[in-house]
Formats: sequence, structure tokens, C-alpha cells
Amino acid sequence: MDERVLEAMTPYFFDRYAVATSEFGYSMGTESKEGLERARESIISKLEASSGEVIFTSGDTESSNTALKGVSWALKDKKGKHIIVSKIEDFSVLNTAKALQKQGFDVTFLDVDAEGFADIDGLRKAITKETVLVSIQHGNQEIGTVQDLKAISEICEEKDVLLHTDATHSFTRLPLSVKELPIDLITMSAHTIHGPKGIGALFIRKDTQINKFMDGGFQEFNLRAGVENIPGAIGFGKAVELVTEEEIRHLKAMRDRVIDKSLSEIPDVTLNGNREKRLPHNANLTFHYVEGESITLLMDMKGFAVSTGSACFSRSLESSHVIRGIGGDHERAHGSVRFTFGRYNHMVDADAAIEAMSEIVARLREISPLGRK
Amino acid sequence: MKFPYSEKVLEHFRNPHNVGNIENPDGKGLEGSPACGDMVAVYIKVNPETKVIEDIKFESYGCASNIATASVITDLAREKTLDEAKKITWKLASEELGGLPPIKAHCSVLAVEGLRAAIRDYEEKHGLVIEKETTTEEVVRSRLKHVMNPLTGLDIIRTNLILKTSIEDGVVRVVVDLPADHQFASAIKEDISEKLRSLWDVKRINVVFIA
Repeated sequence: MDERVLEAMTPYFFDRYAVATSEFGYSMGTESKEGLERARESIISKLEASSGEVIFTSGDTESSNTALKGVSWALKDKKGKHIIVSKIEDFSVLNTAKALQKQGFDVTFLDVDAEGFADIDGLRKAITKETVLVSIQHGNQEIGTVQDLKAISEICEEKDVLLHTDATHSFTRLPLSVKELPIDLITMSAHTIHGPKGIGALFIRKDTQINKFMDGGFQEFNLRAGVENIPGAIGFGKAVELVTEEEIRHLKAMRDRVIDKSLSEIPDVTLNGNREKRLPHNANLTFHYVEGESITLLMDMKGFAVSTGSACFSRSLESSHVIRGIGGDHERAHGSVRFTFGRYNHMVDADAAIEAMSEIVARLREISPLGRK
Repeated sequence: MKFPYSEKVLEHFRNPHNVGNIENPDGKGLEGSPACGDMVAVYIKVNPETKVIEDIKFESYGCASNIATASVITDLAREKTLDEAKKITWKLASEELGGLPPIKAHCSVLAVEGLRAAIRDYEEKHGLVIEKETTTEEVVRSRLKHVMNPLTGLDIIRTNLILKTSIEDGVVRVVVDLPADHQFASAIKEDISEKLRSLWDVKRINVVFIA
């Protein structure tokens, strides 16, 4: 987390500890409320949304649950029981869709192409009169592919279907304006941008029909019951304000260094996702003939935290649904490694990571029975 | 740093023993896991007189547990007779390594399978497999114990993934409790066929998926 985020949050744990109250409440409570609204304003202005269109949640999982279940429940009797999600969504969307399936909803799991782009024609064809919601993410959590939200939102608008997008990994790092694009719901989270964990937000366009996900009080425009996480919200608001264009350029430069060097300096490497249309901080590559858990463990020993889509890495022994979604076989997932960068990384870290990778991959390939030349 | 593995596993993973291959090995075994995609190859040199494994090497396309187990079982098998080496179990390997996370059991099984396959390869090549046993349902089931259930990391028999097996006129029928379009269906089918194909009196293998 960014220290400046913690600094902004700290008073709200102590002097301004009160829960938020209405303007008719006690002054400590109205101070908290003002802080909460300022934080909301940061997110609203980033999205070019209007006041009252953003609610705070406990994170991206709750935001996506609220969006999918809330809209589906609100419209099932009025419009129908069909929703569409892409195959490579985060589990917070995918498993929510599966839960709705058990409740009798019809779910289309939309295909993506070899780079992870949602099938636009397929989307057009999949929408029926019964469709209440389309949920297609902005940037992919593993392979970084950034969807064409312009085309997707235009189709949804034309067909008069609500569109939700999970922007957990792209928010603030890629332009996303609800003034420009007719997107109805957007999931966001603070933990991906050096903000605190346990706080997220959901953009809900004005007049969107949506049910409450949790019953209780009337907080957050009567859309999210429960005492507001004020320090969290303050931290989220601060984290949004701290993201700069320069930082994003720097993230991109490190990402590009890792991709270019991996492809040019290490033999038998495949990039996962698209070269250009990808999250600024994400590189994902398959190092053939070696296994990802072995790589991550050796990288960890050298002080680098990377992730893999290998089945060996997961608790369930299932390889990444994203890599399989883009038509990759088991082998493609087996040696896939995701590098992500943050504010505190430097170009020398990117160089050192590749140097370490190069050495580790060479060593593991010596052990491997595959790919012998 | 905290890792989910014992010091011994990490040591064998960092500096595995007996890595590589042997040119013109006397026996070679290659085993793959549909559970996680790991693969291990074991090569042996055997003294024709004493039947002692004089050299042993392995290669692995696998995770840390796979590499560590292969390292330790090749240590254990070195200088042992084939009959002694056959008795090396994954349990022994796991104990030797100070334990493995339960979900990683299949990784150590795979390495042991590789060793056994190399020994079987030697025995078949040298006419040491004397009697041809008729394949019974029992034989089929014991072979299927070497097919992993990817959902648990344990074998498909123990985890009741196999609903029914039968054999008639050399045709083996195996009924699997999974939908045909399950992500692991084709890998499991391939692995079942692989394990039964080498039985001398099996002509055809039918793997049926239901759910």
C-alpha cells in the first residue's frame, strides 16, 4: 500500500472514528460522512460519472455479486432469465453466473479468441429478448487482454441490454469514461492500485434496475446495507488520486521490457494475450518445456513474486481457465508465468527478473525430458 | 520466506541428484500425469549378472515435489537389485522427504511409476517377464490405480471415479463418473488406455463417460 494512502486513512481510525451520519446528525458523524463523500467523488470524477452513481463495497467480489445478482433478480420477472458472461472472467463473475444458473437462470459463457478477445459477433447473436445482463471484463486478470468495450457497449445499447464490466485490474490505469461509453455497471477495487484491501466500489448508472444484495440498513443509497468502511473508502479515494500518467507510462515500459526480453533472449517462449491491447502492468508468457510452480518457487527464492496458470500451482489442480479459454492446451498453462508491476518497481527490477528467469528456465530445461534439440 | 515444503524437499528441488539421461539405457520409463500435466522419465543401467541398478538418471517436466521425489527415489534405487528397487513406494519416498502436501501425492506417485516403468521395460526386453497372466477385472482395476483423479490428486479407483469395469473377449469396458465434456475427460481416457494397452490379451478399450 502507498504510505500516503495510510496517512489519509489514519485520522478516520482515531479522531474521526464516528460512523457516517446524515447532515442532521452529530458533527463527528457528519465529518465522517463528508470524508466518505469526498472519496466517492474521486471515483466519480475518474469515471466521469454523476453524483450518486458509485457505491462502496467490500471489494471486487462483492461489487460483481451485487451487479450480477442485483440486476438478474430485479429483471427476471420483467424481462427474462438470461445472462451472458465471457469465459475468461474472474471467479467473482464466473462463479456468480454459475450460482445464478442454479437459481434457474440461463447463462451463456461467451467464447474468446486466441488472444482473449470476446467474440463480438457471438455476443450479438447470443443476446435474446430474455437477456437481462451482459458481463464482460475490461482487462483480464491473468493474460492482461483489454476488451473492446466500445464495440461491446454499443451492441448492448443497441439491443437494450444492461452491460456490466469488471474493471478491477484496469481502473485508473486505462481510460474508462461512462460519459463516453454506455456501460451500466462497473466493478472496481482498491487493492490493485496500492489502496487498502477490503474496499471496492460499484458504478451503477442512474435509473438502473437493481436489487439490494444484502438486507439491512439504508446506507449507500439503499443499495449496500451495513456500516460504511470509512477509512477504507478514504484510502480508495486517495489511491485513485495518486495514479499518474507518468506512472502508467513507467509500468508499460517495464512490462514491455519483460515481454521483449523474454521473447528475444529466452528460446521457446510464447506471449499470452495481445501485445498492444493489454493492461499496462501485466506480462504473461509461457516458457515451454518447464513447469510453472517450479519457476515460481525458484523465483521466490530469488526474491521475485510471480504467478502461474499451472495446475500444480492451484489448490484444485486445475490449470488456468483463462489459458484454457484462449484455446491453450495443458502445456501452455503448465509453463505460463504472470509478471505484474507496481509503483515501487524500477526498470532494474524488470531486468533482474528476466535475468533470473533466464537462468531458472535454462536450469529447469536441463532437467526436462522435453524440447531437447 | 515460508514455503509449503519441508527443508528436504527444497534441498532436493534446488539441487536434484541424478539428473539427466543415459545414452542407450538398459531400461527407460516415461510417465505422465493427466492431473497436472507433469511428466517424468527414468533411465537405468543394469548389471546383467547381478541385476543391480548401476546407474540411474531422471528428467522431469514437473513441479517441485515431482523433481524432489524423482531425486530421492533415484538415490534410493541406485545400487539396489531390480527386485529391491521395485519395492520402493511413494510412501517411502514421501517419508524420506519429510512429507509432502497431500495434494502433491500424485507427483511422488508419478516419479515412482517412472522407476517401475523403467524396470518393467528392462524386464520385458530381457525376457524376464515369464508367465503371461490372463487379464481379469482385478488386473484392470489394479492398473487403473495408477491413473490419477485430477480433482483430488488420488487415483481414480480409490476416489470412486470408476463406476464399473468389465472384460469380455479381450474388450475392456470402463465406465467413468464424469460428463464426456469435462475438462479432464480426454486426459483421463488417454491415461486409462495407456495403462491397459500393454496388457497382452487386451484388444480394445472402451472408456465410457456418464454423469
